[in-house]
Amino acid sequence: MINLIRSLGRWGLSAFERLGRGHIFLMHMLAGIPGLFLRFSLVVQQLFSVGVLSLLIILISGLFVGMVLGLQGYNTLVDFGAEESLGVLVSLSLVRELGPVVSALLFAGRAGSALTAEIGLMKSTEQLSGMEMMAVDPIRRIIAPRFLAGLISMPILAAIFSAVGIIGAFLVGHGLLGVDDGAFWSQMQAKTDFYDDIMNGVIKSVVFGFVVTWIALFEGYDATPTSEGVGRATTRTVVHSAFAILGLDFVLTALMFGDE
Amino acid sequence: MMQNKSTEIIVGMFVAVGIAALFMLAMKVSNLGEYADEAGYQVTAEFQNIGGLKVRAPVTMAGVRVGRVADISLDPTSYNAEVTIDMYSQYDNIPLDTAASIYTAGLLGEQYIGLEAGAEEEFLQSGDVIYLTQPALVLEQVIGQFLYSKAEGE
Repeated sequence: MINLIRSLGRWGLSAFERLGRGHIFLMHMLAGIPGLFLRFSLVVQQLFSVGVLSLLIILISGLFVGMVLGLQGYNTLVDFGAEESLGVLVSLSLVRELGPVVSALLFAGRAGSALTAEIGLMKSTEQLSGMEMMAVDPIRRIIAPRFLAGLISMPILAAIFSAVGIIGAFLVGHGLLGVDDGAFWSQMQAKTDFYDDIMNGVIKSVVFGFVVTWIALFEGYDATPTSEGVGRATTRTVVHSAFAILGLDFVLTALMFGDE
Repeated sequence: MMQNKSTEIIVGMFVAVGIAALFMLAMKVSNLGEYADEAGYQVTAEFQNIGGLKVRAPVTMAGVRVGRVADISLDPTSYNAEVTIDMYSQYDNIPLDTAASIYTAGLLGEQYIGLEAGAEEEFLQSGDVIYLTQPALVLEQVIGQFLYSKAEGE
């Protein structure tokens, strides 16, 4: 019994400790960002590996998600004789929800896990401590550029996802199912608001980019420096990012669209 | 160095594609294109009952969209609904005695304002008021009246 309480207490303390470490890490990282504008090539390098390399999965998934939405939406709407509303259905669901959320989940799987593995391996091969020996702050030199790159890439990827998804839905809806293209676009434009829908989607994706990159970098930086530890940290990145994305999505949606 | 340069080019293209996607969402998907048209003029109309009319609802004339509802408020003296309409600037030759009614698109669709042109020589200008209005048809009232007349007939 005592042992149980003791282990529970230890577990709780270590959870708080990790939470505290994570936030101190975040503060260090944010403090390192202003210095990056002097060495922007570091960020560009990371934009390539974080953003550009995630582009393919985002493009393909976006296209297919849009096509499925077009198909499913059509099948439901045609019962009510409202298949012209397909454009509204697709654009609102993509721009408000699926674009930011699905692209953030893919981003966590593609870029987040890669970041964790990379940083974790740097730690386990003692490259990070080597940098510290040379009086180079690894958080400023290694972590901060990756964080900024993640923060920049995520909204771009989400916008591309939504745009490609809408094109996919248009291809299926107009090309395959014969929805009138004028009604498709005009109803979409009448019901989708730039500030309320698209900008809120962009805000969501910025928040997700922030959280996912933070989790990925912290897990890598905090990983046990063994091959098993790095593997476990990578798994945790994906799982925790998914929780954070879906939980935050509910909170953000309630804040943005709750009062309608 | 060469490697570095091509990375920069690809990253630049990536950012450009992102901006293009956002631009497409703004112009093709959302109503941002309409905001550019907003340099039109505003008129107001007073309705007895606006039913389910909402801000941003379309304002049409002969089925063609000529503006949108900008604001809805309650007149404190007459207890009527005061609806402000943003008219598109290219429709600047709408007669002064135009009538406005609230219709429903389809049986369950959203409500919109339909304008019917009058015969006046003068045209509506910014700040003018549309006097001829017809309130929204509230379905419950219509059904109520129908049942009442039915019961009376028996």
